[in-house]
Amino acid sequence: MKFEFDNKRITGVLTVVPHNTVKFDDEISNYNFSEKQSKKLKLIMGYEEKRVAPKGVCSSDLCEYGMNYLFDNNLLKREEIDALILVTQSPDYFMPATSNILHGKLGLKKETFCIDISQGCSGFIIGLIQAFMLLEQKNINKVVLLNADVLSPKVSKRDRNSNPLIGDAASITIVEKSNKNEKIVADINFDGLNALCLNIPAGGFRMPSTMETAIIREDEAGNFRSLDNLVMKGDDVFNFVLNKVPEQIENLLSSNGVTKGEIDYFLCHQPNKFMLQKLADKLTISYEKLPNNIVENFGNASGVTIPTCISFNLNENLLNNEYKVCLSGFGIGLTWASMLINIGNFDFCKIIEY
Amino acid sequence: MRDKVVAIIQDNRPDIDDVEHAEFVTDGLLDSFDIVTLVAEFDKTFGISIDGADITPDNFNSIDSIIEMLKKNGAQ
Repeated sequence: MKFEFDNKRITGVLTVVPHNTVKFDDEISNYNFSEKQSKKLKLIMGYEEKRVAPKGVCSSDLCEYGMNYLFDNNLLKREEIDALILVTQSPDYFMPATSNILHGKLGLKKETFCIDISQGCSGFIIGLIQAFMLLEQKNINKVVLLNADVLSPKVSKRDRNSNPLIGDAASITIVEKSNKNEKIVADINFDGLNALCLNIPAGGFRMPSTMETAIIREDEAGNFRSLDNLVMKGDDVFNFVLNKVPEQIENLLSSNGVTKGEIDYFLCHQPNKFMLQKLADKLTISYEKLPNNIVENFGNASGVTIPTCISFNLNENLLNNEYKVCLSGFGIGLTWASMLINIGNFDFCKIIEY
Repeated sequence: MRDKVVAIIQDNRPDIDDVEHAEFVTDGLLDSFDIVTLVAEFDKTFGISIDGADITPDNFNSIDSIIEMLKKNGAQ
């Protein structure tokens, strides 16, 4: 599905990462592989360290912390918020929506529209599309887009497929109406037939968690996990990304008459360094233009990786400069989404620790 | 090229006895992480970047299929 918007802009990005760091080297002994093999993989995939939320801390806690930081520093006013979108796959409860919980905790006005969206790796772009659609309403002038995931408790510590890369984080993106008539274009695709390539099998209504689902078993590759844990068919996801994403980006550029040279940065979801380098090679762009350093510094926090990439790599440069960027998210769903947008002249762009 | 490919596989997986005749994927000898490791080493050794679309189990099932895939990606 193709989308086109104008007179909208992002005015600030804040990323919240837990203070607690877990290093890959400290967990090598968890895995059923040789140390030499794991260390080679570390270099190739960019496994170094990740941020993990303390026990009991949920996605909404990271969001609340970040929102209060913005309120306390006069970067955002409660009464200005017309809509609150939370994109997460780790809600506080099945019901009610976590955005409603946050609405209460943050003391937002009764008119503020709240919605949860259950999306992951493409969640930043899906959230932006939702925000832009809300801004088409005459009564909505400012939308707060929250991307947050605390999925580390759902990952088996003995699963080398997932554990080294999954981190926790939240981001707050302010999206507003603008007088500048700049076109924003996006393309998003879904492949529901492969929806379970990335999955937590038990814990929902289809397969409630029981003592049976908590039993840890070894898979054919030597990883240990239970049905309550996140499972990823890494090969399928890898091939899907490298087949679908370059094609989508190339088409989005050509159909809008934009060359790769005109794009300052390709800011992509951050599954691992290897996949992003292959993506850059396929697109024939430099690694500097397509940063791949989020997994090694923070881990992969699903829909939060693109805002983390923005606030880590571009940070204060975005306060006084403007860049033409291609955003691209891909993964769980399976979903792949890309967007061409100008970003810059932000009110804030930084990372804070919870 | 063949000697280099065999040496790289033997270095990464010294436990595989008959590299020349093994069916790495069919016999369950290589998993996806082994393949990723091999791709990174082939890229470095041959000065290429193997196309992501070519990183499939079929292309890594035997020495012959690996060599064919490497040639397709510009290795000499």
